[in-house]
Amino acid sequence: MPRAATLLRIAAIGLLVGFLAAPQRFAPLFAPLTQYGAPPIYDQGNLLSLALAHLGTVFIAAAASTLVAVGLAILVTRASGAQFLSLSRTLANIGQTFPPVAVLAVAVPLVGFGQTPTLIALFAYGLLPIFENTVAGFQGCPPAVIEAANGMGMSARQRLLAVELPLAMPLILEGVRLSLVINVGTATIGSTVAAKGLGEVIIAGLLSNNTAFVLQGGLLTGLMAILLYDAMVMLERRLLRTVPA
Amino acid sequence: MSLRRLPALDPLGTLLSAVGVVALVFLPFVVFKANRIVPGEARALLEFLPAWAALSFVLVLALVALVAVGVSNARVRLAFALAGVIAVASAVAAAGNALTPPGNQVIRISPGAGFWLLLIGLGLLATDAVTRMRPGPGMRVLLLVLSVLAAGLAIASGAFDHLSIMREYAVNSDRFAREARRHLLLAFGSLAAAVVVALPLGILCHRIPRIRAGVLGVLNLIQTIPSIALFGILMAPLGALAAAVPWAADLGIRGIGAAPAVVALFLYSLLPVVANTVVGLARVSPAAVDAARGMGLTRGQILAHIELPLALPVILTGIRIVLVQNIGLVTVAALIGGGGFGAFVFQGIGQTAMDLVLLGAIPIVMLAFSSALLLDALVDLMNRAAR
Repeated sequence: MPRAATLLRIAAIGLLVGFLAAPQRFAPLFAPLTQYGAPPIYDQGNLLSLALAHLGTVFIAAAASTLVAVGLAILVTRASGAQFLSLSRTLANIGQTFPPVAVLAVAVPLVGFGQTPTLIALFAYGLLPIFENTVAGFQGCPPAVIEAANGMGMSARQRLLAVELPLAMPLILEGVRLSLVINVGTATIGSTVAAKGLGEVIIAGLLSNNTAFVLQGGLLTGLMAILLYDAMVMLERRLLRTVPA
Repeated sequence: MSLRRLPALDPLGTLLSAVGVVALVFLPFVVFKANRIVPGEARALLEFLPAWAALSFVLVLALVALVAVGVSNARVRLAFALAGVIAVASAVAAAGNALTPPGNQVIRISPGAGFWLLLIGLGLLATDAVTRMRPGPGMRVLLLVLSVLAAGLAIASGAFDHLSIMREYAVNSDRFAREARRHLLLAFGSLAAAVVVALPLGILCHRIPRIRAGVLGVLNLIQTIPSIALFGILMAPLGALAAAVPWAADLGIRGIGAAPAVVALFLYSLLPVVANTVVGLARVSPAAVDAARGMGLTRGQILAHIELPLALPVILTGIRIVLVQNIGLVTVAALIGGGGFGAFVFQGIGQTAMDLVLLGAIPIVMLAFSSALLLDALVDLMNRAAR
């Protein structure tokens, strides 16, 4: 089984890299999907640079939401911030009901078209899974371990850095993974407000009635999402092995 | 006097009050636009309120801030937060009436960033107060119904008719009802279809562990396809189907429009319901099933009377996830001619008419929020009944 998974992984990476490096090679595959001699491969921009811009947006947003969400989760799980906990939970729940398109649409009047509203929407949407998981991770730390840390004379700061964060790490990473995968898909919607990314290809296909464009845009984003998911799972496993249970 | 003797300040109240001061002092409360697409210019409070009204408006907000900082009684906090909401809403309504020249249909008075920030701050204060009161599910639904009624009455009274968003509504009022119906139909229709398929599929996955990983894996894979792409990809086969099978076209199945949207939403909806059905059924205690078997119940009876009722709260949680997700995703369906509130959003983005965007976005958020609240209350009610 593990060998099959490795083979699939290599095939997926190969497909993604191959397509981005030499998209025209795949033209015959997509040609049957076009009508009236329309180009089978997106030709209004470089697919590789679009994919990199897409990933860049996703990573910047995910990094920002990880920093803020973990920071907030640390604050509300300390004794001094405990009274914010139930409210921030409620807020996280409310936030999750905001459709990303709505966040995008509401951000446009505030910051204009382009990359910024997309970053805001992805940032806001990525906060919640990470926050929820980090809080759950901290609350899941066994009280005996915390007491042992206190008994050893650790300061609150040392306890946080050396005990609680490592113990919560698997759950935090799971939250980051959820955010990343959701973001890869959601970032395509950003192209409706002129953000650079693979959504451009899909939207060009929708506008010119060219299914080949839609399919290759969707395939590329789907592949990136699956590979990111896979990479994060591997990272989680590796970290789990180094943290003694 | 040392600092310690001061009464403890409410940290959230202090934070929100600071935000409120910033919103009131530095951000525009309303924005005046010469027409619906140009950027606007800010208007100060005194430009649309008489001095006494502006003074009492600021006074009410100051009182709310004082209560937020110093009073811990949740009911008092809620009452003052609501008073603040009424003050802010009245001020923005007054701005619309005062700044619009009689008979002028071209200029637009839009609520500014200051208004929205104040409203959000007051909303948070009210939400926090409600959270502190720990209301039961029935009370939460009652509060929701009351606030929807109050907002509806305020809008129906015409107080906000001179504001930009209501202007857009007036222009699009017949379309608004149609898109609202379409939005609900797409969200709930695909949900219903998904539940009909996903429930048996989940039961099957629970009974036959061998197929579980495969089914969940495929459904997981579908979730990674971006919604715009899935809508687009489905256009081709559905278009071909309509061309090849005449009765399919008669049923309204076409490459563009609602059909690909419904199919895509249906596919996205499967995973949460199937996964939660599996989790819910796995959680049913074997002892309960054994006892039922000992009483001579058949497998079907055990499923219908023991397993499904016990798993229902978890299954409903899955349905809640799907409903909220669908209400958001239907928005994107407007890109392929599926209709719904997204039509306003994308039309607004295309025309850079932000009021039109808000006319679409605000109902979507309200709809998603209300359905989440209703289903949460239902799940809560079932969990309480189970105990």
